[in-house]
Amino acid sequence: MTVAVQGRARKERRDREPRPGLIARLRRSYDQHWYAWVMCTPVVVVLAVLVGYPLVQGVILTFSNANSLNVGRTIGVNHIPDSYTWIGFHNYVDLLTGPDNQLVPHFVWTVVWTFVCVVLTVGTGLGLAVLMNRKMRGRAVYRMLLILPWAVPTFVTVFSWRLLLSDGGAVDGLLGALHLPQPSWLSDPLAMKVAAILVNTWVGFPFMMLSFLGGLQSIPSELYEAAEMDGATPWQRFTQVTLPGLRPVSSTVTLLGIIWTFNQFNVIYLLFGSNGTDSVQILVTYAYQLFFGQMPQDYAESAAVGVICLSILVVFTGFYRRWMTRNEAAA
Amino acid sequence: MSTSVLPEPGDTAGADPMSTLTTADRPVAVGAAKPARRPLRRGERGKLASVGLHSLLTVCAFVAAFPVAWILYISLGAGKDDYLHPGRIFSRMTLSNYSFVVNHTGFGTWMLNSLIVGLGTMAVGVLISASAGYAVSRMRFPGHRPLMYTFLLTQMFPVSVLMVPLYKIMANLGLLDTYQGLILIYCSTAVPYCAWLLKGYFDTIPVDIDEAGRIDGLSPFGTFWRLIVPLAKPGLSVAAFYTFLTAWGEVAFASHFMLSADKYTLAVGLQTYISQYNSQWNYMAASAVLIAIPAGVVFYLVQKHLVAGLTAGGTKG
Repeated sequence: MTVAVQGRARKERRDREPRPGLIARLRRSYDQHWYAWVMCTPVVVVLAVLVGYPLVQGVILTFSNANSLNVGRTIGVNHIPDSYTWIGFHNYVDLLTGPDNQLVPHFVWTVVWTFVCVVLTVGTGLGLAVLMNRKMRGRAVYRMLLILPWAVPTFVTVFSWRLLLSDGGAVDGLLGALHLPQPSWLSDPLAMKVAAILVNTWVGFPFMMLSFLGGLQSIPSELYEAAEMDGATPWQRFTQVTLPGLRPVSSTVTLLGIIWTFNQFNVIYLLFGSNGTDSVQILVTYAYQLFFGQMPQDYAESAAVGVICLSILVVFTGFYRRWMTRNEAAA
Repeated sequence: MSTSVLPEPGDTAGADPMSTLTTADRPVAVGAAKPARRPLRRGERGKLASVGLHSLLTVCAFVAAFPVAWILYISLGAGKDDYLHPGRIFSRMTLSNYSFVVNHTGFGTWMLNSLIVGLGTMAVGVLISASAGYAVSRMRFPGHRPLMYTFLLTQMFPVSVLMVPLYKIMANLGLLDTYQGLILIYCSTAVPYCAWLLKGYFDTIPVDIDEAGRIDGLSPFGTFWRLIVPLAKPGLSVAAFYTFLTAWGEVAFASHFMLSADKYTLAVGLQTYISQYNSQWNYMAASAVLIAIPAGVVFYLVQKHLVAGLTAGGTKG
């Protein structure tokens, strides 16, 4: 998707100018690349030093038995050197087959969580965007209110949800008034999962809504007029004009949504705290538990979980992009 | 629905449905055989559809705004269990929680630290992501595709892989417990998405503008700074909003890299607070509201650009 746009912008420029000779072309491209590289340098340096290098170090760490007791640190003026040893793939083997085997259940729940959350956020966002994309009274007010979950920092809103969902809180009060069962949202395993998904949907839909709203506004209205002339019903107009027109937006935001939800740390951590029931922890929060939730803090195994998350997402993204290109080619 | 848009034989009694109905025509149309079926013009809704639309949106807006309003309301109650008895608060609202939080805790310091870090991240992050986004948008240089893919890749792994190595690097660079260190770390998480978003926005600005600038003798960097940045304000403001919020709400890095109490950001400060006033939810609520205010201000400043900025990022991402 990126390439197509770029190619077009670039080609326009090429077509207009006469083609210079080889040396001039090389020199011009060198000039261009020189500037481009200079402009990218800050980002590349920051990412290389603060993401790339630590990432490599982190991956190396997963082959060791590093924990909070044997990693080098500086206390005052005394420097304690590293004393962990290399244990090969032991961490990965332990995670997959060990006695306290936790990875597989967490993985299954993470997949369910990601799928349900993304379907709900994208669905709600799309629905609301379609509703909002028309002239009506109070549109600005609606938009303002609907963006609130995104505008207010997560740890504030999730804290509010924690009060709402607590035993005897407002949600239970509402359910009680309707004579519905009142599960204990913050301690019953199943209710916790439902609560986590609902809160995450609440947090995530405004971003989707805004992105789709932007996408809808970029669909030319002539297409709708033509569809109306051909006698298309509103549903047909939605499936035949709106959805294809939104494809560039939806493919990007869905991918981002999947990645972000898969790694959604804040909602689960803040809603249930670090001592929350184990079954509701997705891989990311599970890694965090291994890291901070126990003594000694198991750096290596926690990093191994992180590396597993990363590889799952990399593989998934590869397939997703290939699938998208094939779909685009078919369409 | 097609009947309401397309002309039908029965509907054409009074006037040509495609032309605007004049007031003089209307009584005739209403008096005709099917009074309720006045053909709707483009973009018009029936009464029922209008009511349905507004009630649906009202419900959604209510659900979206309710938790925010709720915490505001709870913060006005003085007792620590008042959130369980919201009815009590109404009769005796008080600002005592706020005065306690502001006067008797480190709240002011935390707020200042968070503002420094948040605004710093915003300035540095927007600047470097804009230049990178521009380079990727306008120049096809060797390495631009791997760069875009790297941006995506950085969104993919959890902090736990980076924490220990990053801690060591920060310690070696002497950036531990400094604002600069935290700002740089936040940039590394926020910049990739912003660069991606801004690249999309720059793609929507015609290349002709760059060319005009180049012909008039501006360097590529001058073109970027004098022509494109002013034009890209909507996209830039969305990026600013995003970077600020990333820094404002982050917990994990801040709580491990800011060691001394006078460097705590709000997110870290609040954690010390929970253990100190165990389950004093009313203080938590009051400080949560105070924390939301600067974010709300930033949001208000950029909100008119939000859709335009995200559109470009979304469609061209």
